Amino acid sequence: MTEPTRDTALVLKLEGITKRFGALTANDGITLDLRKGEILALLGENGAGKTTLMNILFGHYVADEGRVMVSDGAKGVRELEPGSPHAALEAGIGMVHQHFTLAENLSALDNILLGTERLASVRSARAPARQKLQDLMKRSGLTVNLDMRVSQLSVGEKQRVEILKALYRDARVLVLDEPTAVLTPQESDTLFAILKKLSAEGLGIIFISHKLAEVIASSHRVAVLRGGAKVADLATADCDRRQLAELMVGHAISETAREPGTPGATLFSLNTVSAGSGRDALRDVTLDLKSGEILGIAGVSGNGQTMLARVISGLEPLKAGEMQLDGKALAASDARSMIDMGFARIPEDRHHDGIVGAMSVSENLAIEAIRKPENQRFGLLRFADMASRAKEMIKAYDIRCQSEDSPARLLSGGNIQKIVLARTLETEPRVVLAAQPSRGLDVGATSEVHRRLLDARARGAGVILISEDLDELMRLSDRIAVIHRGELSSADPAETLDRGTLGLRMAGHSTEDAA
Amino acid sequence: MIRFEPRGPVSLPRMIGVSVAAAVVALVLAAIPMLFAGLSVFGAYGLMVKGAFGSLFAFTEMLTRASPLILTGLAAAVAFRAKLWNIGAEGQLYAGALAAVAVGTGWVSGPSYVLIPAVVLAGALAGGLVMLGPTLLKTRLGVDEVVTTLLLNFVTILFVQMMLEGPMKDPMGMGWPQSEPILDEAALPKLMDRMRIHFGLIIALLSSLAVYFLLKRTVWGFEIRAVGENAAAARHAGIPVTATFVRVGLLSGALAGLAGVGEVAGLKGYLTADLSPGFGYSGIVVAMLAGLSPIGVVFAALFIASIFVGADSMSRATGVSNYLADLIVAMALLCVLVSGLFLRFRIRFVGAPAAKEAAE
Repeated sequence: MTEPTRDTALVLKLEGITKRFGALTANDGITLDLRKGEILALLGENGAGKTTLMNILFGHYVADEGRVMVSDGAKGVRELEPGSPHAALEAGIGMVHQHFTLAENLSALDNILLGTERLASVRSARAPARQKLQDLMKRSGLTVNLDMRVSQLSVGEKQRVEILKALYRDARVLVLDEPTAVLTPQESDTLFAILKKLSAEGLGIIFISHKLAEVIASSHRVAVLRGGAKVADLATADCDRRQLAELMVGHAISETAREPGTPGATLFSLNTVSAGSGRDALRDVTLDLKSGEILGIAGVSGNGQTMLARVISGLEPLKAGEMQLDGKALAASDARSMIDMGFARIPEDRHHDGIVGAMSVSENLAIEAIRKPENQRFGLLRFADMASRAKEMIKAYDIRCQSEDSPARLLSGGNIQKIVLARTLETEPRVVLAAQPSRGLDVGATSEVHRRLLDARARGAGVILISEDLDELMRLSDRIAVIHRGELSSADPAETLDRGTLGLRMAGHSTEDAA
Repeated sequence: MIRFEPRGPVSLPRMIGVSVAAAVVALVLAAIPMLFAGLSVFGAYGLMVKGAFGSLFAFTEMLTRASPLILTGLAAAVAFRAKLWNIGAEGQLYAGALAAVAVGTGWVSGPSYVLIPAVVLAGALAGGLVMLGPTLLKTRLGVDEVVTTLLLNFVTILFVQMMLEGPMKDPMGMGWPQSEPILDEAALPKLMDRMRIHFGLIIALLSSLAVYFLLKRTVWGFEIRAVGENAAAARHAGIPVTATFVRVGLLSGALAGLAGVGEVAGLKGYLTADLSPGFGYSGIVVAMLAGLSPIGVVFAALFIASIFVGADSMSRATGVSNYLADLIVAMALLCVLVSGLFLRFRIRFVGAPAAKEAAE
């Protein structure tokens, strides 16, 4: 992309921002500036301090050191009052959080106007507001039905409402936190097209991301954060994927790649399984998994993936259909039976379903096998044995923690995932269910997860990989099926599929429509 | 401006410190109505200390009062650990007492070493069974156990009254609604001559150690902690969540039932419908003050018992109502709940923006 000229007016400047939480320095003397009409990508691993920095900018946190300067139109540059979201809004800073802050039972228009009107003059402000929004939508391409309730809008539309909300308040700076996390590839493309249009009209945009592809495709400049400090500030045109990845992680990385495998006989299958109710229900899902293969399940969030994972994890009773292992119907499918039959289950919400945060790392490593003889004798726990096994696993899986006695909740997301991997994969399972296994993880932890899944495949296990990240699916899967509104397509070899085809199937178009 | 920032792990000394601080703040706050009542605060608290610790008799009375509080405190602590909200210890205590009386007043006869265990077991079983219903309703149908256990208190106590007015009424009781006296062979032994302190205290202390051991060292305890801290993860990891709730419910009810056994078979000797001055409810305060630690429950129960016994003594000397004890206990609970905030968050006072501008 062509870069805006360097002398374009400065709209925002962060000067030496430092923020500490106890012993942790989340932001360490970060200086950053943004010019009019510029798209700045803030790139970094989870925990690098991206969100903290933006929360300081928006007044949710107060920086320990440093200050935020904003341009005040003709009056020049002034300091932004710290710790006041109100002041940030007044200064023309709009923020779109990763988790939307919309009132679900109000219309899009109401949500946009919320907080902008005086109590006394509700009625009179509506017509001009609607007019202003119509103009905005026409100019930017952010089309939304303003009278629809937010609860009836799709995720992409909700995001547009959030952006409109910021623009309606005359934002000069728009901050988006991981904006593509919830979108299909096509929706992401549309979003970036809109952002480019807005920047061309003079809006300064900062978007937070850890996806290299979109950073390279859609930003003018990229600032890389690592461990709370800014390690690079480059024009995007001057850098490539590998360079950015290494800056982000701090060392050279090797991307895991799949060697062609030799899938065996059918190991595990679902025959016309229906389960759950409502939006996330499964309808007549049929799937067969061979040993020694990775079967990818693609889909936009909320199309039944969660229910599919719950069914295979033994947490949800089947309404119809059956599950088979080695061609025989499962006698019982509760969580305990699934574990005992050799299923490793990696839950999508690892904090909620994967660990008991208040219990120690060692206890969390033993929890699935707590009644096995190696962990107890006559109902009494064998602490010493648990601790020594935990130490081995901490070493083998590189779990970063103070000791095996630390509460698991103190660990980072990546290390929590390693606990789950260690305890499920250590038993050499026959079937591995990995639901969104790299969601929210940094590059290093993600490649560790991928390596472990490929190891399991090489060992002859069948792996079901449910993911919303198409790059991950394309890289790891032997075959990919798409789930849409609770129905699963047939699985096709990954080599025969491309992002476009998958994207269309994810949006609900069948193969025939695409052709 | 005040800001809340989350803290890291909570150390044991800090937890103890917060509980002690809550107790002290409760005493300070209770001094305010004392001043209104025209008392000298130090004089009144001096009388209370004397009333609870001033003599051997006072001290043993305090320990006697602490025994049921330890047990009801444990009942609440073990249930709350699993996030099973048993508010029904009062009713379970009466159920335990009723069963103890049923077994111990001549229904079976035999030597002490048969009758005492029989009475104790019957009481524990009855308390546990009362808690079984609400637990099953929770696990099977999702019925809120706070409501069912609380309301079951009234059902159980009315049932006890019915039994005391009817089938279990003492024919020699001059028409009072009370049970027949417990046989001498079934009564818990006294620990000291001429004092009321009885074997119930030993049962309470042993129970505290047993619950500590259970939670810390056993598979069942592991499962209770896992279910209480994160039921979703426990279920995902294949822990039998329903069975764990049932076990906890039975144990919690049984501990409360034991409190009832001690009161009838150790102290009163017969059952009346005013056996407990709210031990079941005070047990919740004890458990909260103890931070749900089974060992902490002993110390919290001693504190609450000293307040009750001390306040009785002070009220006899000054004529101020012993409701003051309830006030202090209630304050202590509120202080503990507030202090939970200080345990989890660090509170910082940040200069207001206006002040900052003025400084520039």
